[in-house]
Amino acid sequence: MATPVRGCRIPQRNTGGNCGQAVDEPSGSAAMTTTAALELIGLRTEFRIGGAWYPAVRDLSLRLERNETLALVGESGCGKSVTALSVMGLVQPPFGRVAAGSILLDGMELAGASEKALETIRGDRMAMIFQEPMTSLNPVMTVGDQVAESLMIHRGLSRGEALERARALFEEVKIPSPAARLREYPHQFSGGMRQRVMIAMALACEPAVLLADEPTTALDVTIQAQVLGLLADLRERHGMAVLFITHNLGVVAQIADRVAVMYAGEIVEQGPVDVIFADPRHPYTRALFAAIPRLDQAEQELSAIGGRVPPLDQMPEGCRFAPRCPLAQAGCELPQPLVALAATHAARCHVTTAAVMHA
Amino acid sequence: MLGFVLRRLLAAIPTLLAVLTLVFVIVRVVPGDPALVILGDQATPEATAAVRERLGLDRPLLVQYFDFLGSALQGDFGNSLVTNRPILSEVRAVLPHTVDLTLASMVIGVAIGVPVGIWAALNRNGVIDVMARLLSLIGLSFPVFVSGVFLLLAFGLHWRLFPVIGSADLNDPLDRLHKLVLPAMTLGLLMAAYITRVTRSAMLQSLGEDYMRTARAKGVPRRRVVWVHGLRNAALPIVTVVGLYVGILLGNSVLTEIVFNRPGLGKIIVGALNQRDYPMLQGLLVIYCFLIVIVNLITDLLYGVIDPRVKAA
Ligand SMILES: Nc1ncnc2c1ncn2[C@@H]1O[C@H](COP(=O)(O)OP(=O)(O)OP(=O)(O)O)[C@@H](O)[C@H]1O
Ligand SMILES: [Mg+2]
Repeated sequence: MATPVRGCRIPQRNTGGNCGQAVDEPSGSAAMTTTAALELIGLRTEFRIGGAWYPAVRDLSLRLERNETLALVGESGCGKSVTALSVMGLVQPPFGRVAAGSILLDGMELAGASEKALETIRGDRMAMIFQEPMTSLNPVMTVGDQVAESLMIHRGLSRGEALERARALFEEVKIPSPAARLREYPHQFSGGMRQRVMIAMALACEPAVLLADEPTTALDVTIQAQVLGLLADLRERHGMAVLFITHNLGVVAQIADRVAVMYAGEIVEQGPVDVIFADPRHPYTRALFAAIPRLDQAEQELSAIGGRVPPLDQMPEGCRFAPRCPLAQAGCELPQPLVALAATHAARCHVTTAAVMHA
Repeated sequence: MLGFVLRRLLAAIPTLLAVLTLVFVIVRVVPGDPALVILGDQATPEATAAVRERLGLDRPLLVQYFDFLGSALQGDFGNSLVTNRPILSEVRAVLPHTVDLTLASMVIGVAIGVPVGIWAALNRNGVIDVMARLLSLIGLSFPVFVSGVFLLLAFGLHWRLFPVIGSADLNDPLDRLHKLVLPAMTLGLLMAAYITRVTRSAMLQSLGEDYMRTARAKGVPRRRVVWVHGLRNAALPIVTVVGLYVGILLGNSVLTEIVFNRPGLGKIIVGALNQRDYPMLQGLLVIYCFLIVIVNLITDLLYGVIDPRVKAA
């Protein structure tokens, strides 16, 4: 395993050397002195399309502190899931790869770690809740066994002990009559209940970092509110760091401390929730707010912005949002750095931040 | 579980009735008077009438039908025209040979086909996958009377490891096994070719499923992800298709028994055909269908064991 060294000094396989961008780390200097629960530096994840590799996530850096919820927002296809899967080491050859960057879990380098090493970490120190509750559970195993499995693997519990612990977890995520439901199969559960099973599974080994990939998108509004409440509750109790992926800004307001807005594989704006809501700088963030769905309505796509995210193999040079941007002007075709507007707020737009790229 | 078994058993009854009815109708509809077939073209009308009476063919059709059903359900299919012995006892005498052959080839087919299919799926489009697909294609394109003769020539005549002619003594397990090897290999390799293909595609399907990613996200070791999470789901299509292949297997066992000159159902069905032993054919037809119904029943039951959703349905 890699030594717990921080940041750019770690030798990387095929790194483009892009971790030195001056203002790409907007966190305050106080935060820099401690080790983040999870820190991504210059993450680049690529997929192979027709023989060439294209980045789905590009030069992505973020810090996630203990007991903090960072919301990762952006419309469909912008690379939110790919980011989380990269952290988990679940982006697989032959069609996908983490091509560059550091993934530091409590200071420990995960990028380039062996599959064996990752197996001991996944489900134990970090866990992920998937976007698709209906298909993410194994249909031919009881839910109890599926929750117990990671306890048996990581904690060396016997099946009986693990099932007993699973029962307690079911209680914790408020699944009614947990002892009986342990022995049931996924098809006997509703979507909301399955997502609770997924949450129980993710929490089984009390991970330090939880990656929640749109855990409520597939659920109806009342169930969604319950699950959100539950997650906030559990985070509090376990002191987890949560990366909460969503494209619902209403959910963001309810659950997150900080927000990172993603567009076409890049973070375009980042800051505390209240700052982002009060003073969004990037035109894309502003467009998102124009399209804000309300929590009391069914969740909807952020579709009020004309056009779509360009496909991976047709990304424009410079600002990737420019083709859809109402403020597009000369200079947008140049590479856009993430510019710090305040200690904790940064945006990647030379028009609204009045910063010019000199490099 | 018991309720499930009973339901499936009940569901098999109409199938069996349909099979019996079909056999009854086919035998009556096929042109040619069975009495004439028995006696030959030169028979006198009196002799023909006598035979028809003996066979009960002069009675009303409906009476004949229920009579046939009644006896068939008791396992009585009449006597062979050739040996004049009850058909069921003729069948019983050779059945162990056929059961040996089909079971052994099924075991060989599964033992080779499942691991190779999984291996191929894990190395999709790699060398192993391409080899496995090529070999299974070759296996499928060789009729058993070619591959069987091949094995016979190689291991029976050239290396003389196994006997060429295979009428085993049922009371001598070693002899039985020894004579089983070549025919079982012949059929088993064919089954392996089929099963490799199903396993590969079923496994590829389940490898791409979300729950496999969930298992890996839990930190489940790769091998366990494949063999426990993957295979248990892939088992559903594999079992279904293997059940269907039993039909192919029985068909090919006829050829195999002839190539290796083994006693068995296949041998007597060919004999009955050559000698126009109609009651025998009728009985064998019913017995074959019965075997297939049984296999389907077992497949269904296995399905219920593997997939919790089946029991609920
Ligand atoms: N296995 C893959 N092979 C090729 N391209 C992929 C693969 N997985 C993701 N992508 C591409 O990467 C980009 C980002 O996908 P991702 O799933 O991360 O989007 P997302 O932000 O999670 O969207 P959603 O809100 O719909 O979940 C998309 O353009 C997608 O087509
Ligand atoms: Mg996604």
